[in-house]
Amino acid sequence: MAAETPTKIPIGTPTKTPAHFTDRFARLAAPVFGDVAPRAMILLGTLLALLLVAPWFINDYLLTVLIVVLYFAFTGQAWNIMMGFAGQLSLGHAIYAGLGGYIAAVLFARFGIAPWLGFLAVIPVAAVCGATIGFLAFRFRVAGVYFAILTIAFAEFARIGFDHLDFVNASAGLFLPVAQYAHNDLWHLRGNPTMFYYVILTAAALVFVLCRALLKSRVGYCWLAIREDEQAARAVGIDSFHYKMAAVMISAVITSFAGVFYAFFYNNLFPEQVFNISRSIEMILGPIIGGIGTLFGPILGAFVITGLAEGLNTALIALGFDLPGAKQVFYGICLLLVVVVLPDGVWPWLARLIGVDEARR
Amino acid sequence: MKTLLSLQAVSKRFRGLVAVDAVSFDVAAGELFAVIGPNGAGKTTLFNMIAGAVAPDSGSISFAGEAIGGLPPDAICRRGIGRTFQIVRPFPVLTVEDNVIVGALLHNRDVGKARACASEFLRRLDLFDQRNRIAATLTLPDRKRLEVARALATEPKLLLLDEVMAGLRPTESDRMVAILRTLNRDSGLTIVLIEHVMRAVMALASNVLVLDHGIAIAQGEPEAIVRDPAVVQSYLGAEPV
Repeated sequence: MAAETPTKIPIGTPTKTPAHFTDRFARLAAPVFGDVAPRAMILLGTLLALLLVAPWFINDYLLTVLIVVLYFAFTGQAWNIMMGFAGQLSLGHAIYAGLGGYIAAVLFARFGIAPWLGFLAVIPVAAVCGATIGFLAFRFRVAGVYFAILTIAFAEFARIGFDHLDFVNASAGLFLPVAQYAHNDLWHLRGNPTMFYYVILTAAALVFVLCRALLKSRVGYCWLAIREDEQAARAVGIDSFHYKMAAVMISAVITSFAGVFYAFFYNNLFPEQVFNISRSIEMILGPIIGGIGTLFGPILGAFVITGLAEGLNTALIALGFDLPGAKQVFYGICLLLVVVVLPDGVWPWLARLIGVDEARR
Repeated sequence: MKTLLSLQAVSKRFRGLVAVDAVSFDVAAGELFAVIGPNGAGKTTLFNMIAGAVAPDSGSISFAGEAIGGLPPDAICRRGIGRTFQIVRPFPVLTVEDNVIVGALLHNRDVGKARACASEFLRRLDLFDQRNRIAATLTLPDRKRLEVARALATEPKLLLLDEVMAGLRPTESDRMVAILRTLNRDSGLTIVLIEHVMRAVMALASNVLVLDHGIAIAQGEPEAIVRDPAVVQSYLGAEPV
């Protein structure tokens, strides 16, 4: 936001405040920088450049860590559309990732259909699944924590259902044929970690651009209004049902792509794992730690949580402190501290510190 | 004059309590219409029924010749009724400008156009200089004006104002009266307001409806209303205003 004016401006006097001039500058710069603050543009560009060249400088272990980071940056942003923008708490996002993974994997393993074509089949399924949950909740006014419970219930239905679905090998799990890494086959998503890295980096970057475009558009304004006060939003003519449905469906479809990626990266799917509630929780930790409702928060949060987990791992092993469960305990304590110290997330605090406040949350 | 809003025997009961009991009245296009009455008289319930926040149990509400009773609030807003809330409800973490843009987006598909439209209403309500502030940080009078600006940005034919003067100092309330008068005169905006500040009612309204225990006990010009014995007895008190 452009500098809050702390002094009260006398009513009716068109005083020129410092805010007035920064605002004018921002408006003049808008055509050049596309209304992103120049400093934010430079920082984003630097981060992207670093991530682009990273595979040349780091080992396979760190590359895999970065893939996990970007995976959570991707899913975190997808979840943030629903919770951060439209204010609808989903605790069952594993269902969309799981459906995406299973559908694309089955189509590939059984019929040899490429994952990108498989994703085309996933899109309507994820959208319909999101729409079903959304319709039941919004039509019958299931809101807040009850809505969250409904999303968990659906994810659990899927977990138990897939556990008994012989077509996908039920609880025995579905395995993708693993070929030799002779060359990278981007079309079939078969290859080395570097290829997967660039796929998920591109996906995370595209979703960032999409989220920004959504937030700045009419639909973004309507979502924020609904998140802030649904009754007041309806009083200015916003059909909240319609916009909440859009949020769930967009979020579901984006998340389902993460599932496709997951299936082809790990090459195996077990209902007990992919639909597990801990998958849903993992997805939302990034945005919560980074800053719900912000654009960059989910990305920063993904770096923080994954970095913390991996860092703790290394630290505990180095210290010879190898008790079972110790990592989880420390991880929990660290997250707790972050939430207590920075309840709005790390990003709003960091953004103020480096002077790149997002215009609007 | 053409009737814009018409209520016929509209009632609403909450469990055993009859909040609004068979109230009928007409508001002509371009009129400044006030609803007064003691606390708990059913004024806000009446408003909520017109705005669609609660559905009437019986009776009919028509707006511009169309029955709107029981429609959802967003549908009613899209037909041209804007409202403010008695307890102000701006979108707290959005900026003042963004609050009004949300309203302006109803008739402007494009955010840029909505922003231009919002600027106009921010200027009218003396909020333009504060447009980049977060709404939650505004003072109460400013938040009240913000609510009016946001409602106006939806370009309503009828504006429902629920106690916009309450909590304002006399000078601030006079300022609000002036703004509302200008709006009414310049754009022919019809305004129905619930008000306790009799000073504002006397200055603004051409027609006054008095509610008491959900029943319409009097209706007429403000000068006649303040002399009506029933009104004096139930609401204004023995001392003349």
